[in-house]
Amino acid sequence: MKGALELLQRVSAHPDARCWCVAWSPSGTWLASCGGDRAIRIWGKEGDSWECKCVLDDGHQRTVRTVAWSPCGKYLASASFDATTCIWKKTNDDFESLTVLEGHENEVKCVAWAPSGNLLATCSRDKSVWIWEVDEEDEYECVSVVNSHTQDVKHVVWHPTQELLASASYDNKVCIYKEEDDDWECRATLEGHESTVWSLAFDPEGQRLASCSDDRTVKIWKESTPADGESGSSDESWKCVCTLSGFHGRTVYDVAWCRLTGALATACGDDGVRVFKEDPTVDPEQPVFFMSAHVPKAHGQDVNCVSWNPKEAGLLATCSDNGEFAIWKYNSDS
Amino acid sequence: MSGGTRLENANPLIFQRSEERLLTATDEDEDLADPINDREIFDILSNDPEHPLSLEELNVVEQMRVNVNDEESTVSVEFTPTIPHCSMATLIGLSIKAKLLRSLPDRFKVILVSINKQLADKERVAAALENSQLLEVVNQCLSTRTM
Repeated sequence: MKGALELLQRVSAHPDARCWCVAWSPSGTWLASCGGDRAIRIWGKEGDSWECKCVLDDGHQRTVRTVAWSPCGKYLASASFDATTCIWKKTNDDFESLTVLEGHENEVKCVAWAPSGNLLATCSRDKSVWIWEVDEEDEYECVSVVNSHTQDVKHVVWHPTQELLASASYDNKVCIYKEEDDDWECRATLEGHESTVWSLAFDPEGQRLASCSDDRTVKIWKESTPADGESGSSDESWKCVCTLSGFHGRTVYDVAWCRLTGALATACGDDGVRVFKEDPTVDPEQPVFFMSAHVPKAHGQDVNCVSWNPKEAGLLATCSDNGEFAIWKYNSDS
Repeated sequence: MSGGTRLENANPLIFQRSEERLLTATDEDEDLADPINDREIFDILSNDPEHPLSLEELNVVEQMRVNVNDEESTVSVEFTPTIPHCSMATLIGLSIKAKLLRSLPDRFKVILVSINKQLADKERVAAALENSQLLEVVNQCLSTRTM
């Protein structure tokens, strides 16, 4: 059951700067990258190679940390250390700046669109998570500011089917948020990691959450509800059902769960990219993951981000501190 | 953080500087690849011919606590602040990190062994060094007699 990762292409996307994030468009045909050179680049395939289609270098005054496509593919959001989040609208061959979301006190670390396309979440070193609503006229309004974390918030991610948000922080915790009476609040706090939690990913069905950390582990969490007849609070509680330890040599910066195949990919500070698969014979309540593929020196420096193509099974993008991104083909049986 | 670049520590304890490194035969051999070693890292941090006081003499960085693994491309520096004041220790740590990042080949991973979690968080360090005011203080720190 051993798999393999084959390198398809390596691109020097952000020369002399870190490439922090890569994100596939919902159609799977475009790849957005962003980095320390304050620019966002859009890449498309021409024949066998990936070419730069567009450069957005006037939107931010500092590092662009995260880019995210709207579910419809017409908009792009970019989160920056300049404390703003820019919303871009796709025109024929280009992107134009639609609006700039302000409010965070310092660096915005992440931005994420809800599957409905009507909500956006951002998080920052100011310890807060902001939820924004978009209306039909492309107007953005902040509807909630939640201060559940005690430190820098690194990542936010939406549940694939429910209106539920998760955030990861330098305070070593993960928070889960739900809307109650028009206000978003923290419903659960997941503790267990021994250092900063860098990223999160829900499984395709939204039943489990993967988190990755500076403690060099990946944890899988599952929501558990009290069994019938049990007394106790009706609040949902999340339990850690699996910990992947001993696989990563340094900080795990990103984790991505493939919607098509269920494979789990990680980006690590030891320059490696790994893919994990779930053992299908094991009880899903206590899952077991094994490492299916590993490229030890996927990049010459830290790997910051990993992203599965939403349409083409096994196609994976990664990016690194050396300003490169790489496209890989993952085969589960090689 | 106190204003300007003067360290709060006006009368630091001075320690004996260790002996000059003696050149060996392998050092002089031009054909041998020159791996980066502990002493070289230490020299990057502490040598400043124009100023008598160096990091080593201030005991901010001791030679024993610099560990280089050239094969694995890692450098670990154990950093002991001379004064317990938190903000100064962070600034010194940031300056050490900046100096090493600028002096070493890209392949090196710099680990500062300190109790300060922020210095180990590369996103925090990157954002701090992008802050032009802070960057100026760091640059001044790296050019004065302390480094």
